[in-house]
Amino acid sequence: MNIFVCVKQVPDTETKVTPNGDGTYIETSSIKWIMNPYDEFAVEQALLLKAANAGSTVTVVRVGGVKDTEALRTAMAMGADESFLVESDDNLDSYMTAKALKGAIEKSGKTPDIIFTGKQAIDDDCLQVPQLLATMMELPSVSVIVGFEAAGDKLTLKREVEGGAIEVYEASTPCLVACNKGLNTPRYASLPGIMKAKRKPLTQLSLADVGVSDADRRVVYSDFSLPPEKPPGKKFDAMDEGAQAGVVKEVVGLLRNEAKVI
Amino acid sequence: MLNFELSTEQKEIKEMAMKFARNEMIPHASKYDESAEFPREILQKAWELGLVNTCIPAEYGGTGFSTVEAITITECLSYGCMGMNTAIMANDLALLPIVIGASDEQKKRFLTPFTESYKIAAFCLTEPGNGSDAAGIKTTIKDGGDHYVVNGQKMWITNAGFADLFVVYGTFDPEQKHKGISCIVIDDPKAAGIEIGAPEKKMGHKCSDTRAITFNNVKVPKENLLGNLGDGWKIAMKTLDHSRPMVAASAVGGAQCAYDYAVKYAGERIQFGKPIASQQAIQFMIADMAMKLEASRLLVYKASWMLDNGQPNTKLASYAKAYSADACMEITTNAVQIYGGYGYSKEYPVEKLMRDAKLIQIYEGTSQIQRLVIAKEIFSR
Repeated sequence: MNIFVCVKQVPDTETKVTPNGDGTYIETSSIKWIMNPYDEFAVEQALLLKAANAGSTVTVVRVGGVKDTEALRTAMAMGADESFLVESDDNLDSYMTAKALKGAIEKSGKTPDIIFTGKQAIDDDCLQVPQLLATMMELPSVSVIVGFEAAGDKLTLKREVEGGAIEVYEASTPCLVACNKGLNTPRYASLPGIMKAKRKPLTQLSLADVGVSDADRRVVYSDFSLPPEKPPGKKFDAMDEGAQAGVVKEVVGLLRNEAKVI
Repeated sequence: MLNFELSTEQKEIKEMAMKFARNEMIPHASKYDESAEFPREILQKAWELGLVNTCIPAEYGGTGFSTVEAITITECLSYGCMGMNTAIMANDLALLPIVIGASDEQKKRFLTPFTESYKIAAFCLTEPGNGSDAAGIKTTIKDGGDHYVVNGQKMWITNAGFADLFVVYGTFDPEQKHKGISCIVIDDPKAAGIEIGAPEKKMGHKCSDTRAITFNNVKVPKENLLGNLGDGWKIAMKTLDHSRPMVAASAVGGAQCAYDYAVKYAGERIQFGKPIASQQAIQFMIADMAMKLEASRLLVYKASWMLDNGQPNTKLASYAKAYSADACMEITTNAVQIYGGYGYSKEYPVEKLMRDAKLIQIYEGTSQIQRLVIAKEIFSR
């Protein structure tokens, strides 16, 4: 099987995000990059599928900056076979990203039997790339997957919906599966895996190589700013039993008239 | 050429080991400290990921890491739990004499099994009457014809209760002092005459298994002797050049953990209407911690780098061991101080770090012995 995984590199979850100088994006100079956590589930599922299908390969594809290739190296250290990086320091929109991923998959020379992605990236939370990519590649797709079973080219996929209910889908390959937390437990990259990853092929492509130009841009990011600071909360002293009735009245009044939540 | 940057792979190794420490060790450290149970499941998992036995060369199935890589891993694992790290590091301490002093055939026989499944090793040097004065050991290794016979008692042996292999130091002639010391491998833990004592009840490092061992006429095959009779002292000294930077790295890991807790807590704890981090008294404590932590780490890296580059590092290894162990004690003590009453409570993580830190000033050569080594290096050259 030709198994593909699309990964994104995102700021570490502990990053304190600030806008950059001209407010066109976030300040990236001091960010520690990690693999998008939902993509880790995608990599793990790809590796499990590879283990169950002898002769399969796992190819990882990413669009983004070249300075730090953390996400691709991590995926290869976990066990993926090779990776493709479409180099771009620009802040691409979802459409351009999907188009670049499609181009990179085609450049690999392999026809995908299945493409795994995370259900969303935790930085911009657009939730568009998996569906856009599937549409561009004319593949069916299912997202928010928490259960995956494969029997030949038939897949049984469990999808989490509002309220915690589970929908069960039957699908057949080739298709795209976007993964959610709970699908599996991503493995650690072992130390021998990290050493081996050094020797695995990482092909760099430019946006031009994959046929993406600024004419493809649908969304322009124009203004990043921090949300306004929260006003300080109000404290009420109800230690004195005699005052409690009055305090309750005051709090209920404020919740009703000022906060308008009851 | 001076470069303080780790390579890309070394950074990845550090990242991965730190992830393991945060996800697999820290959440369980307190539980194992309480129960004093041997954390076999966690150690097994660490082994599966290649974090254990980092001293085994690639030609015998190991990762073939340099000392710099090994100490980077040790620092992270010790950050997770100094006690669990002791159980991991004790394997290296026991396997290092084999890496250093064994023949190719012996290395294949003794080291390779440790790369095929998780096995446990114990380094047996200290005796009830001989700790710092290691040359005065009483255990004997005598020629018994077609085998050697080991007799004697060992004390404070890490991993003793679970070991698959013992590396035992003894003398063929106590009169000859250090020239009589020899090193032999017992790879049959069930051999007749080996008596393992009850686990010691300790102040810290509680989940690491520490016991006395008695060898009563234990027969060991001749081909298990490392080098020749009398080579033991040389092997032990070379082992210390490797292992002292590792132990020093474990002090750095423990100190970093205490420092991180202290900085976080100082920013959160409000007294007199503001975080205590805004008080100069606390700031000075944190600044001292940061300085000593960084100085410790630099010494550890230099001692390791010298070893990797074939330079004699005995003095630097002792600098690193003494300085970082003493700094770890001070930093963990001050972390408790910054936490105040909460710090003294077992509900919070820092008192364990303070108890664990104490051992690092004692084992693998006390802080005082390190100073003796340093002074000897200064005045004998």
